[in-house]
Amino acid sequence: MRMLPRFLSGLLCLCLLCGLPLAAQAQDDPGQALLDPLATASYAEKGEAIEAIIESGDARSRRWLEALLGGKLQRHKDTGRFVVVVENRGRNWPVVDALSFEDAGEMSRRELDRIGINNALRGQLQGALAVLDLHADEVRERREAARALLGDVDAGLVEPIRAVIDGEEDAEVRRLLEQALAIHRLEEGEAAAVDALSGSLNAQVRSALNAASRSEDPELAAAATSALADIEQKMTLNRGLETLYFGLSLGSVLVLAAIGLAITFGVMGGINMAHGELIMLGAYTTWAMQQLLPGQPGLALLLSIPAGFLVAALAGVVIERGVIQFLKGRPLETLLATFGVSLILQQLVRTVISPQNRSVVTPEWMSGSLMLNEGLSLTLNRLYVLGFALVVFAALMLVMRRTRLGLEVRAVTQNRGMARAMGIRATRVDILTFALGAGVAGLAGVALSQLTNVGPNLGQNYIIDSFMVVVFGGVGNLWGTLVAGLSLGVINQVLEPWAGAVLAKIVVLVFIILFIQKRPRGLFPQKGRAAEG
Amino acid sequence: MTSRRPAMRAHWLAAPLLSLAVVTPALAQEDPIKVGILHSLSGTMAISETVLKDTVEMLVEQQNAEGGLLGRELEAVVVDPASDWPLFAEKARELLAQEEVDVIFGNWTSVSRKSVLPVVEELNGLLFYPVQYEGEESSENVFYTGAAPNQQAIPAVNYLHDQVGVERWVLAGTDYVYPRTTNKILEAFLKNEFGVVDEDIMVNYTPFGHSDWQNIVSEIKAFGSEGRKTAVVSTINGDANVPFYRELGNQGIDAADIPVVAFSVGEQELTGIDTGPLVGHLAAWNYFMSVDTDTNYDFIDAWIAHTGDEMAVTNDPMEAHYIGFNMWTEAVRKAGTTDVDAVKDAIIGVSVPNLSGGYAAMMPNHHITKPVLIGEIQDNGQFSIVWETPSTVAGDAWSDYLEGSRDLISDWRKPMECGNYNVVRGSCGGSQAEEEASE
Repeated sequence: MRMLPRFLSGLLCLCLLCGLPLAAQAQDDPGQALLDPLATASYAEKGEAIEAIIESGDARSRRWLEALLGGKLQRHKDTGRFVVVVENRGRNWPVVDALSFEDAGEMSRRELDRIGINNALRGQLQGALAVLDLHADEVRERREAARALLGDVDAGLVEPIRAVIDGEEDAEVRRLLEQALAIHRLEEGEAAAVDALSGSLNAQVRSALNAASRSEDPELAAAATSALADIEQKMTLNRGLETLYFGLSLGSVLVLAAIGLAITFGVMGGINMAHGELIMLGAYTTWAMQQLLPGQPGLALLLSIPAGFLVAALAGVVIERGVIQFLKGRPLETLLATFGVSLILQQLVRTVISPQNRSVVTPEWMSGSLMLNEGLSLTLNRLYVLGFALVVFAALMLVMRRTRLGLEVRAVTQNRGMARAMGIRATRVDILTFALGAGVAGLAGVALSQLTNVGPNLGQNYIIDSFMVVVFGGVGNLWGTLVAGLSLGVINQVLEPWAGAVLAKIVVLVFIILFIQKRPRGLFPQKGRAAEG
Repeated sequence: MTSRRPAMRAHWLAAPLLSLAVVTPALAQEDPIKVGILHSLSGTMAISETVLKDTVEMLVEQQNAEGGLLGRELEAVVVDPASDWPLFAEKARELLAQEEVDVIFGNWTSVSRKSVLPVVEELNGLLFYPVQYEGEESSENVFYTGAAPNQQAIPAVNYLHDQVGVERWVLAGTDYVYPRTTNKILEAFLKNEFGVVDEDIMVNYTPFGHSDWQNIVSEIKAFGSEGRKTAVVSTINGDANVPFYRELGNQGIDAADIPVVAFSVGEQELTGIDTGPLVGHLAAWNYFMSVDTDTNYDFIDAWIAHTGDEMAVTNDPMEAHYIGFNMWTEAVRKAGTTDVDAVKDAIIGVSVPNLSGGYAAMMPNHHITKPVLIGEIQDNGQFSIVWETPSTVAGDAWSDYLEGSRDLISDWRKPMECGNYNVVRGSCGGSQAEEEASE
């Protein structure tokens, strides 16, 4: 900025010197005449101005519309010059000229008037851009554009879309466009359009049919109602699958959060109340990684997986050496001490980083949803987390069943004294197990950073749930944790639609209490004499 | 730790003041005017309240730079109630009884205000409350500089109905007193004013910090595919909004299809979110950082200088403190003293500039006049204002849309001096329905 005022004033002098010709040049540019009408407070007039831009066929119109859609088309208050803001964070923004798209230095937000749009105009712009996108080279882009047009077709678009359908080679794009036209015909009150739409599970189609079923025209209303009944039948299955997916997804989060606790529970013989904060550390590691690698959220997220594991595992070792080893065999004191550790860690994050939540970016390939059919789509971020949870579980099973460490951990968990008598160094096993459990908590944090807030309270929200899962599944049993987590998730999501989120949680809690009354050792109790000790 | 800092600063100030004693006895003999700040600096609400503490500190510094008030220095006294509602009452008592502050700026959640209320009334303090709230309350000792429901919720719903053509309504909120009361008022308003029937209203409550929104968003999607324009009126509070909006984006709910208008999401909350998928969703406030006035730009510059953070944002409750602080200083000047009773009388009718180019006046019911703005979320975490009320709206303590509450008015001027005067019965003391409404 220090350099720029001089640059700007230089520019200004230049303008003054050649003042008239430059102004005349701007006047001559037909673009100026197209943009000028946008500088009005009336949204209706802006709509007309946008219409004029679209019809002008000016080569720059696409960039103007995109800038307008992003709120980046702005007008200098004094000179009336239109600019496109390149980066609109902070106080001084780099801008380019809206006519020539040449660099125009920096301007402060005090000098600029934004050409504001509302939702109606946004719809108009998106429609116009979608029509332009129908000519894109990529099939995927054309399909997306066609889908965006569903329910947004107005009379002016019918002819251009027809022309596109005739020239389009991809069947899917043609089908979507036909559907978009049929919705438009339906809205115009044409009963025959219902046939073209029946069987589609698309939300826009259903919405249009619903509106039509309330129509004054009895023929149209009847046709729409029967088409809707058909769709409704197909939707029931979809809804069931959707609820199952929601449940598994919630369950996978519970499993991830709880599984580390299940491992440490075994060796400690008590609850590690700081487990939630270890999850939080994993999440903050993801944030820190993204700060270190700006502009590459995906890579940062992948690197956070080992980094989150290491950070949390290290913290786990420190907690084990610093606190827990002195409290062996005193579960109540362990509980209190680790609760203290959890408070310390929380306040540490608040003081050192910030009491505010941190923004963790979701990479492009994890946003949006995977469409199975028109009525059922699975959100990608949760799908990845579900897969990640299963991979972590499988890896842990391998470690516990197939490695020397796993064998020793199982031995120490079952009978500490006997294991030591057999020459196992119990202290070393304690440290390694705790590091492993804490590391897995860190992994959970990395995954959770994609689903929820990364803030000092992140851990607190999950500690009770994890505890519930571990107790329900049977203490120290990995399979138990998996089954318990997934089933609690599904039960919760099945209950939620009719009980509400608050009541569903209570019902699940009551269910667990009753279950523990009946089977105090959980779903998969440890068997044998060792379990009694 | 933070709570100790002002005390240290007091010592630091005391030394030069004492040395000045010989020269200017008048200045030195007078103690500083104490400004209490009662905002959580730790716990769940720290995310929102820390900036308000900083705001008041900044205002105090500015006032001192201009020569203080009545020739006396101002001193900020900060305590940390740690998002713990009963602790708010204890800390308020500490401020009033031990520190003997002349005024308190504080609180965010309604439940914390309800906890402080009896203390402030008992010890006759002054409390400026800067956050939008559910109304149905009026206290002699509290000044509500945030919005009452008729200054935020009702105009927002009006906008959706008249300008957007919404016919079906989802009222989604966090499960506590503010969302429940606001939604009760909104339901009554929708039914009475627009004739909306029960099946066109879906009400949903979630706990604080709720993070699994899959099912609820899917329900909203189904509710919105009935072929009539649907909108979500969100009183979801705190950071539960982040996963909520993220789920909306992932399930492909676009602002053009089902707009969400939020009453608790401001610039501060958006700093924790990738706002790309949220563009076009709405919020109703009385101030946005994007307001295009010179007073606002000056305020933002001062705020950035105070925090030392180029990217620092301002929000509505900060403006409320700005207005409240200026009203209080104006009233103290008018009364010539910081005596609580004198200031209370003097402040009614005081009018100070707000940040959106107009004036805010303190009404006899201890609420202020505010413009109502509707903004759409932009991809840079700011709001673009799409609609505003033609003039300012005076805050109404008792909603006109609730049974019982409709008959009550609040007027703290002499001779009435009553917070819940029943115009039907012609006496002070509220009504039966009011007790029910305030539960």
